[in-house]
Amino acid sequence: MSQAGEKLRIAVIGAGPGGYPAAFHAADLGMDVTLIDPEPNPGGVCLYRGCIPSKALLHAAGVIRESERAAELGIRFPPPEVDLEGLRGWKDKTVRQLTGGLGMLRDRRKVDYVQGWARFLDAHALEVTGPGGDEVRVEFDYAIVATGSRPATVPALDLDSPRVMDSTEALALNDVPTSLLVVGGGYIGLELGTVYAALGTSVTVVEMTSGLLPGVDRDLVDVLQRRLEGDLDRILLDTKVVDIAESGAGLRVELSPQSDESGGEYEKVLVSVGRRPNSENLGLESTDAEVSDQGFILTDSQRRTGEPSIFAIGDVAGEPMLAHKATGEARVAVDAIAGHPSAFDPSAVPAVVFTDPEIAWCGLTETEADKANVRVEVATYPWVASGRAATLSRRDGLTKLIVQPRTERILGMGIVGPGAGELIAEGVLAVEMGARVKDLELTIHPHPTLSESLMESAGVFFGVSPHYIARRRG
Amino acid sequence: MTTDIKLPELGENIEEADVLSVLVSEGDQVFKDDPIIEIETEKATIEVPSFLEGTVSRVAVSAGDTVEVGQVILTLDASEDGEPQASTREEESRPAEPAGRGVTTAEPPPEVTAPASSPPIAPPPHIPASEEGALPVFASPSTRTFAREIGVDVRQVRGSGPGGRISDEDVKLHSRTLAFAGPTAETVRPLPDFSEFGPIERIPMSRVRRTIAEHVGQAASTIPHVTLFESADVTEVEEMRSRNKSKSEAAGGKLTITAIVIKVVAGALEAFPMVNASLDAKRREIVLKRYFHVGVAADTDRGLVVPVIRDVDRKNIIDISVELTKLAAKARSGKLSLGELQGGNIAVTNLGGLGTGHFTPIINAPDVAILGVGRAELRPVYGESGLEPRLIAPLSLSFDHRVIDGADGARFLHWIVDALGKPQPLAFEG
Repeated sequence: MSQAGEKLRIAVIGAGPGGYPAAFHAADLGMDVTLIDPEPNPGGVCLYRGCIPSKALLHAAGVIRESERAAELGIRFPPPEVDLEGLRGWKDKTVRQLTGGLGMLRDRRKVDYVQGWARFLDAHALEVTGPGGDEVRVEFDYAIVATGSRPATVPALDLDSPRVMDSTEALALNDVPTSLLVVGGGYIGLELGTVYAALGTSVTVVEMTSGLLPGVDRDLVDVLQRRLEGDLDRILLDTKVVDIAESGAGLRVELSPQSDESGGEYEKVLVSVGRRPNSENLGLESTDAEVSDQGFILTDSQRRTGEPSIFAIGDVAGEPMLAHKATGEARVAVDAIAGHPSAFDPSAVPAVVFTDPEIAWCGLTETEADKANVRVEVATYPWVASGRAATLSRRDGLTKLIVQPRTERILGMGIVGPGAGELIAEGVLAVEMGARVKDLELTIHPHPTLSESLMESAGVFFGVSPHYIARRRG
Repeated sequence: MTTDIKLPELGENIEEADVLSVLVSEGDQVFKDDPIIEIETEKATIEVPSFLEGTVSRVAVSAGDTVEVGQVILTLDASEDGEPQASTREEESRPAEPAGRGVTTAEPPPEVTAPASSPPIAPPPHIPASEEGALPVFASPSTRTFAREIGVDVRQVRGSGPGGRISDEDVKLHSRTLAFAGPTAETVRPLPDFSEFGPIERIPMSRVRRTIAEHVGQAASTIPHVTLFESADVTEVEEMRSRNKSKSEAAGGKLTITAIVIKVVAGALEAFPMVNASLDAKRREIVLKRYFHVGVAADTDRGLVVPVIRDVDRKNIIDISVELTKLAAKARSGKLSLGELQGGNIAVTNLGGLGTGHFTPIINAPDVAILGVGRAELRPVYGESGLEPRLIAPLSLSFDHRVIDGADGARFLHWIVDALGKPQPLAFEG
């Protein structure tokens, strides 16, 4: 341990949206910080191979779709010509700008950056193997493990072929295949499937369970699914991939049950069946930190592991595997190290699916309430009654509130529609602040905007929405 | 099967309450312990829980009504697994807390949570198992942080805001309650299995018993008590009592030593303002009272109660004796009103009738002193003309050392001893 008066030495392993905010916050609190990551700059999966490149591509896909839909507005464009190299270049430049910016912020904070892979030697020392095989020993008073997650695979899909992609390869955008099978109807598969579909690929999504986006409220998913049914070639639910094999110029895929019209031939396959935490090969066995059967490092509410000098945050420390959750935990862990009584206790962690339309929710969902036997009242405002949605020619969205009946407190919110990811932030604040439906109803929202749908959904709760006549509450 | 839900007993001497709001409506499904109405008594605002599960078939009260204990609030169509448990029902309803503690609740006590240094836990489940666990705390992030910083488990705080939202002020109030709380369930050691040693019987604590247990437990564990023993020569007091007792009887009272001691104590309070006080620990202030109300401990079948005689300084001893007689009768029949139990500044407890000598009374918080009176006995005392038989009463004064130092306590008790020894100035009438 450091002597009195000396700076605390912190080692942060992984420089993603958990690790770099942890390192920066620790440096801002005057700690002596070493940040360790294989990439030359901070950013992690989120910036290099996840949130940021996917959102850049989804924006491009949105531009294509908008130009197609413009015909409804009386504006006709010729079919777009996609310069794949240009698109890839723009996406990569976006990533470079952001990661480069983080590198500058890191240097300004005098965070010691070690490029490489770290392994714990014991509860106070790490060995880092650099890209050239050189080894460095890093000693620390406290370490924060923020090694994130990686795409998961399943044995049936374990084919060593360049035609089988994971999300990283799909984001690389090496080409636009004529046909693509997306295995897994979760948010990664739908987002990337949407991108490729907009670029001209014929996309089939195969999902093992009975619905897309398992776990998300069905009324929200239904709105998305209706649009996806037009944009995608096919959506196959309750269907499993049994086998994949190379076959001439493509991949032969065997599904169960075998779909009569699927043909079974795809130029490429995207495997998006979830993500696995990166808790292996870290030398955790040399410490008292414990790992669950699912591979998550077990922590307490401050994100401290079984080894008191080691913390774990982000994807490697448990669900939900979301960048902003990792960032929130980063702050909690560093504050705990600094001796503050911090705890990770959010009332609402927002989640956004950046498809078109977007789906966003926070706090308690109707599905969770049902499962946990929590009595809630749900107030839903359909965007068909929204003036702003009409001017956008997008009247298919909806906004719903999950309310505790006795207190009329807002426990959760769900939104589907363009911009849902931006709108949900107000819902997060409402849940965190313990807002009641009346508070939301009496808060003046700007007109004409989609944000009015939140206020109107509160009106629906009381049966007084001016633009939507709902059944009055008993 | 339908069952009437009646207003349960709400605690000592609360017979009726005003309905602030009805929290359910006809057709609603309610579960056991769900709050059904919110009522206000003089002591507290209380949510009354349902004692069984079922569908509301009729609501019999509305906001603004005054409801008596035992009156039907609503009728439930009870579901099968929610059969009424008549034998336990009375005990399900909880008494209001003693006055002076602000808003109280009829909800069950929150669960004890793990200490801060708990071992690593699994990743938080995405879908919590129970409703209570599923709902996030009804407090903003800054309030939750504040609670953590001052060491309060925010899940145990009762919110006073709209719908029960928890504010910083609620957290502070809870913290203060904790600071003054006596040993709680967490610190009580487990009992041995007495049945190993012989036959036992378990009986539930009555509401009065529980209220007393909590009240004296808190006082005994939070107030640094000092008890002084003295003896007063009450020979002349007793002579005066005999001379005047017919006047009291004529007015419907019974003149006792206690009535005279009450009058003397009020005089002592006037002479020693620091004893006529309460401690406001939170504001670090002492509340000096400009009125002189004296409580009297009364033994009843149901347990101890302490009715209060108000403005003793303005009453003569005969009046006091008559009032005391009436209050004692009401206490025995359980008819004391809430008002008659509130507002005392000091208590007098007389165990002389049971032969007791000196003892160590527990202060009736938020008072700062209590006077115990023992059995007066004839003793040989050296007077001016040698040994004389004198009637000597043992007095025991307990006081709160946070407010009163030992010497001041001794002076206060001496004043009472002297006054009882020379009772001529005491006003029996007029």
